Amino acid sequence: MIKRLLSFFRKQQLDADLDAEMSAHLENAIADNLRCGMSEEEARRLALVRFGGITQAKEQQRAARGFPWLDVLQQDLHFAFRTLVHDRGFTAIAVIILGLGIGANVAVFSVVNTLLLRPLPLGDPQQLVRILTKNPRGGESSMTFSTDATQELQRQNHSFESVSGYFAFSGPDNLKLTGKGQPIPVTGLLVDKDFFSTLGVAPLLGRGFLPEEAVDSKRPAALLSYAFWKRQYSGDRNIVGQTIDANSTPVTVIGVLPPEFDFGSIFSPGYKVDMYWPFVYRDFHDDGNSLALVARLKPGVTIGQAQAEADQLFPTLQFNEKHPEYGHGYTANVLGLKDYVTGKLRRSLLVLWCAVGLILLIVCVNLSNLLLARGAARTKEFAMRTALGATRGRLVGQLLTESLMLSFAGALLGLGIAFCVTLYLSHQGSIALPLLSSIRIDAAALAWTLLVAFAAAIMFGMIPALRISRGNLQESLKDSGHGTSDGKRQQALRSVLIVSEIALACVLLVSAGLLLRSFVRILDVDLGFEPSRAASISVDYDDGGDAKKRSVFWQQVVSAAEAIPGVETAGTTDNLPMSRNRSWGISVRGRDFRPGELEDTFVYMISPGYLNAIGMHLVKGRDIQWDDTDPKVGVVIVNETVANRLWPGQDPIGKMAVAGGSDVRVIGVVADVRESSVEGRPGWQMYLSGGAPQFGPEGTQLVVRTKLLPASLASTVMSTLRQINPGQPAYEFRPIQSLVDHAVSPRRFFVLLVGTFAGLGLILASLGIYGVISYSVTQRTQEIGIRMALGATRGRVQLGVIARTLLLALAGILTGAIASLAIAHLIASLLFGTAANDPMTFAGTMSLLLLVALLAGYIPARRASRINPMIALRNN
Amino acid sequence: MPGSKLDLLQGTLDVMVLRTLATMGAMHGYGIARRIEQVSGDEILLNQGTIYASLVRLQHRGWIAAAWGTSENNRKAKYYTITASGKKQLAADAAYWNRLTKVMGRMLGGEA
Repeated sequence: MIKRLLSFFRKQQLDADLDAEMSAHLENAIADNLRCGMSEEEARRLALVRFGGITQAKEQQRAARGFPWLDVLQQDLHFAFRTLVHDRGFTAIAVIILGLGIGANVAVFSVVNTLLLRPLPLGDPQQLVRILTKNPRGGESSMTFSTDATQELQRQNHSFESVSGYFAFSGPDNLKLTGKGQPIPVTGLLVDKDFFSTLGVAPLLGRGFLPEEAVDSKRPAALLSYAFWKRQYSGDRNIVGQTIDANSTPVTVIGVLPPEFDFGSIFSPGYKVDMYWPFVYRDFHDDGNSLALVARLKPGVTIGQAQAEADQLFPTLQFNEKHPEYGHGYTANVLGLKDYVTGKLRRSLLVLWCAVGLILLIVCVNLSNLLLARGAARTKEFAMRTALGATRGRLVGQLLTESLMLSFAGALLGLGIAFCVTLYLSHQGSIALPLLSSIRIDAAALAWTLLVAFAAAIMFGMIPALRISRGNLQESLKDSGHGTSDGKRQQALRSVLIVSEIALACVLLVSAGLLLRSFVRILDVDLGFEPSRAASISVDYDDGGDAKKRSVFWQQVVSAAEAIPGVETAGTTDNLPMSRNRSWGISVRGRDFRPGELEDTFVYMISPGYLNAIGMHLVKGRDIQWDDTDPKVGVVIVNETVANRLWPGQDPIGKMAVAGGSDVRVIGVVADVRESSVEGRPGWQMYLSGGAPQFGPEGTQLVVRTKLLPASLASTVMSTLRQINPGQPAYEFRPIQSLVDHAVSPRRFFVLLVGTFAGLGLILASLGIYGVISYSVTQRTQEIGIRMALGATRGRVQLGVIARTLLLALAGILTGAIASLAIAHLIASLLFGTAANDPMTFAGTMSLLLLVALLAGYIPARRASRINPMIALRNN
Repeated sequence: MPGSKLDLLQGTLDVMVLRTLATMGAMHGYGIARRIEQVSGDEILLNQGTIYASLVRLQHRGWIAAAWGTSENNRKAKYYTITASGKKQLAADAAYWNRLTKVMGRMLGGEA
């Protein structure tokens, strides 16, 4: 076996040996014959006769010593290469088409592989779960747990090896790194002390948190993310053990996390964490729900078992052990971490996968057609080879070898395309998709490429190979010329291929159309605020917890901002829509509510002018004023949802309510704001006066509304802030639109990809139509010439060709539309405000396809009508 | 059968080569071919060239070995010798052929 394989690679030497041996043989024979008294000529002739055919003997010996198919393959490859190089135009088109198809497939596979197939980049990720609540309403707060509940859970449970978590309400740029020069904004995240060991992530350098570091905040310790360590400290290993100044507090760097661990990409897409601090339970004891829980199952415990235990345990967990009157009773939804991260995307990704699958099918059909056309031109070549003794198997093998060669050249190009696409995607931090940064072409993607290339070669090569090799030897060798065309069956086959190609493109276009229409609907949603021409910047100051100082500072900032030329209005808030979310409760004192009647309420602490600056609509009542600072009875503005639920059919203005435990009077009602996502139903929202001492805003965002482009104001705003507030770090001046863009980015991503694929499908289908019609015109040149000589007008000829195009296109479009109707309900759950059988989309897609088909048919039709009968007839 | 020669049955050439080498010791391709023709009394239709396919087949199976040497008339030639496993194979083949010819003889003789 190995000898035979080796003999393939030592071919030349073995052949030389054989030559030497055979010539020695003949010389011996001639010498013998001479000895018998023959003439020299006779001796040589007889020796050759006795030897038999030298070439046959050599072939026999070669076949015996190696694998004959390997030699055949080599010959086929060599020949295929020569043929393809000879026919450069065809090869280039085929390779480009294949490259696009395979590239799209490999790129999407990489995305699917990273998000769905590959395990999370954590230790034993299948044992990890995220603990949420059942039927969460009101954002993160309703999916988090108090410190007491968490500690009780850690003590009582039997299912988990460890229960850990992180502080769920951190915003970006919540710290400033002081020391050298301007303060630098950084993002810190509080995590439970055993967060990293629970996730199975070991620090790259240094160590994890010690239990005593989480007891209080006296000796702060921090772990750095790999990216921050590289960026800020140029990967200096000596940083471990050193002290840095964060928020003017000395913090010891105890370690650096490995590059594979990216908190944002797993738990909060698009969120970049620079450093991690230990979550000190004592600090959050009275703050309500603050921890998002992650737990590791004990070996052998299933998610079902953990859920069963949690269903018993969670209802008994107390909200605050010091205040039993706050009550108890949580619910738990134990969800595999992988499911939590990518579960919602599964359907979109599968749709994407199917879309590229369709593209590949279209590519294959297109190439089949091209090969058939090319095969027709090569009929004589194959007839000649058959006449010379090539078997049909040999011809099919030859043709398939060509297909494989094309396919692999396409795969190479496709890999290049996929590499660029994945590289681009992995650097798109603004797309809110998890794990995006770890997308790359890996071994699995390479294997997939091979598989796809191979499958494609068989798919597009098989039919033409079988068809061409079946050619009638006699017919083909006779110089029949064209004009008689190559038979109805060939034409019929190509028509079927074209119809199916159009149908596939139609399915793709309809799906893309539905998704696009949904996306447009989403962009049209009334958000409840006006993101365009508004921008925000985080303001950092120290008021020492004094509400008066804060109020004065806010007034200064707002009036200074409004004085900037181009700024229409300004206001501050501690919390923007579609970013960090935090919720409290609002209710009416003295009224009893059924369980579940009240919902967690998103809370915003704002200054006068904020509602205008962000572009919200005050429906009733008045805005907050600077003197709304009564510590006993505060003021609140509620959204319409709250007004309708708490005071149905009444005028809420002037009504008393309890917000976050304090008495407040309702002074206004605003239209609902889409506070968490564009697609979701708005929740309960309330707006409190940030200057009131009973409410403590967490941070400050200055929001300005401008007449100009927000970006043009960035430097003026920053210098104005620095005058009032010398310690202002270099925070980014961000358009509010970016918050919305971030929220719709996953949908934009999918629409863009599916749309691109649909466009590709359309181009390929039109190329296919053009190819077939154009080819049939060429084939029928003589026939058309005769008809024109007999009096057919140009218009008549043109009409004939266009009618044929229309027939093919209509058949394809109708088949495609029916298939789309059947398939569309599968993507119904991905649609927004659009029915799966949306008539507009269907009609639009079908007319677009028809138009493109007509265009593709018109060019050859025009050519047909320009045929000069004299030339066409003489040409044979 | 004057004028017509026997076609070689599939696999018989290999046995003949082995037999020849076992009897004659080291030989080159031409020598083997000549020897087979002589022993068969020129009754076999042998294209001498086909012997080389047989030789390479036997080599791959390890039944014969080859080495370049110099022939009696001072020419470079490849010499083949039978190996131990080749001898075993020859014994087995010979037994098989003997049985087969006996059976064939009986069958055809009985019919005549």
